[in-house]
Amino acid sequence: MKQITRALEAIGDTIILMVRSFGYLGSIPRQWHRLIEQCYLIGYTTFPIVSILSFFIGSVLALQTGYSLQGFGAESFIGAVVGLSMARELGPVMVAILVAGRVGSAITAELASMKVYQEVDALKTMNIPPERILVLPRLLAILIMMPVLTIIGNVIGWFGGAVIAQYVPFIGTDMDAYFQSLRASVAFKDIFDGLVKAEVFGFCVILIACNIGLKTKGGPREIGHSVTRAVVVSLILILVLDYFVTKALL
Amino acid sequence: MTTAQQTSIEKEPVRVKIDNLSKSFGEQVILKDIDLDIAPGEIFVLMGPSGSGKSVLLKHIAGLEMPTSGTVTLNSAETSDPDTFAKTKIALVFQAGALFNSMTVFDNLALYPREHRLYSPQKIREKVMSTLRILSLENAANKHPSELSGGMKKRVAIARALVMEPDLILYDEPTSELDPTMSATISEIIACLKKEVNVTSIVVSHDRDLSLTIADRVGIIMNGEIQAIGTPTEIKNNKDPLITEFLNPKIDLDNPRYKTLE
Ligand SMILES: Nc1ncnc2c1ncn2[C@@H]1O[C@H](COP(=O)(O)OP(=O)(O)O)[C@@H](O)[C@H]1O
Ligand SMILES: [Mg+2]
Repeated sequence: MKQITRALEAIGDTIILMVRSFGYLGSIPRQWHRLIEQCYLIGYTTFPIVSILSFFIGSVLALQTGYSLQGFGAESFIGAVVGLSMARELGPVMVAILVAGRVGSAITAELASMKVYQEVDALKTMNIPPERILVLPRLLAILIMMPVLTIIGNVIGWFGGAVIAQYVPFIGTDMDAYFQSLRASVAFKDIFDGLVKAEVFGFCVILIACNIGLKTKGGPREIGHSVTRAVVVSLILILVLDYFVTKALL
Repeated sequence: MTTAQQTSIEKEPVRVKIDNLSKSFGEQVILKDIDLDIAPGEIFVLMGPSGSGKSVLLKHIAGLEMPTSGTVTLNSAETSDPDTFAKTKIALVFQAGALFNSMTVFDNLALYPREHRLYSPQKIREKVMSTLRILSLENAANKHPSELSGGMKKRVAIARALVMEPDLILYDEPTSELDPTMSATISEIIACLKKEVNVTSIVVSHDRDLSLTIADRVGIIMNGEIQAIGTPTEIKNNKDPLITEFLNPKIDLDNPRYKTLE
């Protein structure tokens, strides 16, 4: 019972934080530098790992599909399977998980430490709302960067599949056939739906990271607890939201 | 905060009135029925043993804590109303500094005037550098707080408060980590702000010299209650044994309490 009220309270706090932050939308022209800095940080920290993981996820998909469909004319399916799975599902979910682990955790740690060491209080006494300069630029930055990262992830994943299709002997297709099948089955709507998912996941991850960071109380130990909590909550939420967003988009 | 609201701030010294303020954290009662009336432009020094609730009281005045009961009013606006802080410029020098660790010293000072667009970038630069010079920090401008000593951090925190050109400054043990010369400088700054710009100052300090030379009034807080209040002379002549003991601690080299340490 107590846990349910606490969870509801946390959801309420998170929504309030979002509304307050977007109330300062008008301040964005004055803080371009913060927005650009956050976009850069998100891109810079996640791009390498998104690339590596996408490549291997695409490869594994191609390998599994090729193996399972051996003898059923696999060549005409692999491109479609890898193309659709990456665009609709694995691309957005994987990028969101990496953002939670790489960016969300860093944000929680930074804001929690600012809270614990009274930097947030200092901002308040200066009549500078933390939502305006700490939360809003991060929320907008993730909305800008999620589609970029997801598209990069998709393309690299598709390419990873293509490499397997071409070079693993028992699959017996080539890149041309692979990309033909991919192009024939992946529609613009599939990619677009994936980007919508990515936006929802990324936004929730960063919002939760900010909220848990700013709600941290106590000392240095609690900074660590907050980071763990932010990552765990984000991961659960990504997978739960995935079901509902997928259903809504079908 | 819109700029219109910011620029409409009037420069007027603040009267701080605390009525019946009590504060508990959970079961623990920290402040009990505090009444204080601090006049505009007054220098009020608050003394008291560690843990007596001085920092908590300052946070109430700055609006960072809300009383369990009672009120804090700045001029005629209560701190429970968020608009109060748009009308009154308050600077709090935190006991632990609370510097922005991700920013250089220069940016720590420049944040306030930049965010509120008080001056042109050129003017902000000049103001920040001249404030740093007052506190002998000009060589630290491009350093990050992690590269500074405790006393330097304290001075940066004071400089950051001064740059705000506040109407009310709250200092939480401003001289606790400073050498005697620097402490004297801080006392001079506090006194000068009163004379030149008529700022109201509330200073939490253990520094008897500072307290007794610059204070208009001194309050002594013990266990969350105001034990005595008056001019420095009145406080010095106070006969309450708790007060005299607190102000003139005796060092007893043969205190039997510490026999177990041998
Ligand atoms: N946020 C808080 N939560 C619980 N107890 C607190 C909190 N802040 C201060 N206290 C307690 O209030 C008392 C007074 O603290 P403080 O005002 O910092 O003392 P000091 O007079 O040394 O500045 C201490 O016993 C401290 O443990
Ligand atoms: Mg204190």
